Amino acid sequence: MTAILSVRGLEARIAGQQVVEDVSFDVAAHGVTALLGRNGVGKSSTIKALLGLYERTGEVTFDGERIDRLLTHRIVQRGIAYVPEDREVFGGLTVEENLRLAERGGAPNRAIVGELFPELLQRAKQQAGTLSGGQQQMVSLSRALMNDNRLLLVDEPTKGLAPLIVGTVTKALEAAAERTPMLLVEQNLQVVRALAHTVVVLSGGRVVHTGPASEFLDSDLVHRHLGVSTDQEAA
Amino acid sequence: MSTVLLLLITGVGLGALYFLVASGLSLIYGLMGVLNFAHGSFLTLAGFLGWEVGRRVGDGSWGGLLVGMLVGLVVGALVAAITELVFIRPLYNRHIEQVLVTVGLGLASVALFEGIWGTDPIQIRLPEWLGGTTDVLGANIPNDRWLLIGTAAVVLVLIVLFLQRTSYGLVIRAGVENRTMVTALGIDVRRAFTIVFAIGGAAAGLGGVLASVYYGQVGAHQGTSLLIYAFIVTVIGGLGSLTGAAIASVLVAVIQQFANFYLGGTGDIAIVLALAAVLLVRPTGLMGKVTH
Repeated sequence: MTAILSVRGLEARIAGQQVVEDVSFDVAAHGVTALLGRNGVGKSSTIKALLGLYERTGEVTFDGERIDRLLTHRIVQRGIAYVPEDREVFGGLTVEENLRLAERGGAPNRAIVGELFPELLQRAKQQAGTLSGGQQQMVSLSRALMNDNRLLLVDEPTKGLAPLIVGTVTKALEAAAERTPMLLVEQNLQVVRALAHTVVVLSGGRVVHTGPASEFLDSDLVHRHLGVSTDQEAA
Repeated sequence: MSTVLLLLITGVGLGALYFLVASGLSLIYGLMGVLNFAHGSFLTLAGFLGWEVGRRVGDGSWGGLLVGMLVGLVVGALVAAITELVFIRPLYNRHIEQVLVTVGLGLASVALFEGIWGTDPIQIRLPEWLGGTTDVLGANIPNDRWLLIGTAAVVLVLIVLFLQRTSYGLVIRAGVENRTMVTALGIDVRRAFTIVFAIGGAAAGLGGVLASVYYGQVGAHQGTSLLIYAFIVTVIGGLGSLTGAAIASVLVAVIQQFANFYLGGTGDIAIVLALAAVLLVRPTGLMGKVTH
């Protein structure tokens, strides 16, 4: 597997408290790598540490370049887009302003917003804080997808969304993953099954399993590491 | 009726002065999480230099005053920007150290000003019209209040236009809500920090020159005493909210004027009580929001 992102011995702290402990894994240069684990094992913290949003140590190499000493905006400017957990749109800004703020480089692909989420175009002048959770997720995804990225870091994109919106978001991510490799944190295993080729499983802040997604999802390891059964996943 | 009108309009005038100091303070805290205790020093230095240049251009003339205001604006912006670049930026994300640096700067600069200009305030000469009054429905309003109100209104409009119409304004508005996410969009938010410091410093600098107009003198402690009121205004208005700062400035100054007149000079106590009341009912201030 060719890796676009290589993580070695990553550790992260929040206010002196260790939240990620000696994590090492690779993100494939193509397709979706899912970062899985029970609640609180450090999945979101790992993504934030990769981006430099948390104080961290360890080695992070992106497309051959060490990025673990770079400031967050420099990392993002290298083509790594971030879709945060809980959307984090700017509620006081309009949808249009949220998108304009996220434009990087010379030619952001604004047409993709209309293709993936046409209803956002009708809400361009609406304050993002007044949108529904699903619509806010569309804004959050659009901010990332309209740029020319080399890697997507997507954190719990379907969390708290209605089933219909989960379908829309999954399709958008599927289309994005055809063009750009993705590191995906996701609790919904059906979404993981639909998108991921590889899984990296965290437990107690460490990586405990790495392998093909389908193998993992069809095995007892799901129950052991995530605490759910294959039946529950289907339900 | 004329007394109430007099207190009201002079209160708005004083509120205009508070706004010039508090607007920058509020934006700086909102975007950067830094309570800038050096803000009063920008004001004092701009007041002194504005007066020094203004009196050389024409002591007691409109030309001298206008040049002084321009000098105050530029000095405030430059000193604030340099402060951010030299002292605040190296301590990026270390908020306690940043605050301590501004406290140190605030204390040291007062000593420096006293060394240069002396410990006693210096009386200044103003254009004749500013020393007079204007009759409004029987109330004789000191003319300098109109200058304060007009200048603060222009500053408010300019800052709003900057925030609403420019790309840096967009970054600043977003950063006040969630600066971490602004960074995660690939934006170097530190540039916005410098710009906000410069804007805040420019407004405070203008406030420094106008404070000398209001008090009729310029002194080394002018900024420090105004800073206390500006902090109260900033907290009541809501940290990070320009509109909140504007509303709270007028509110605080009007309460202060009325309490001083009707309640035997208890203006300062009244505004501290108002601060406590706002914090109890609405801890984020009148227009403040919980930020990330």
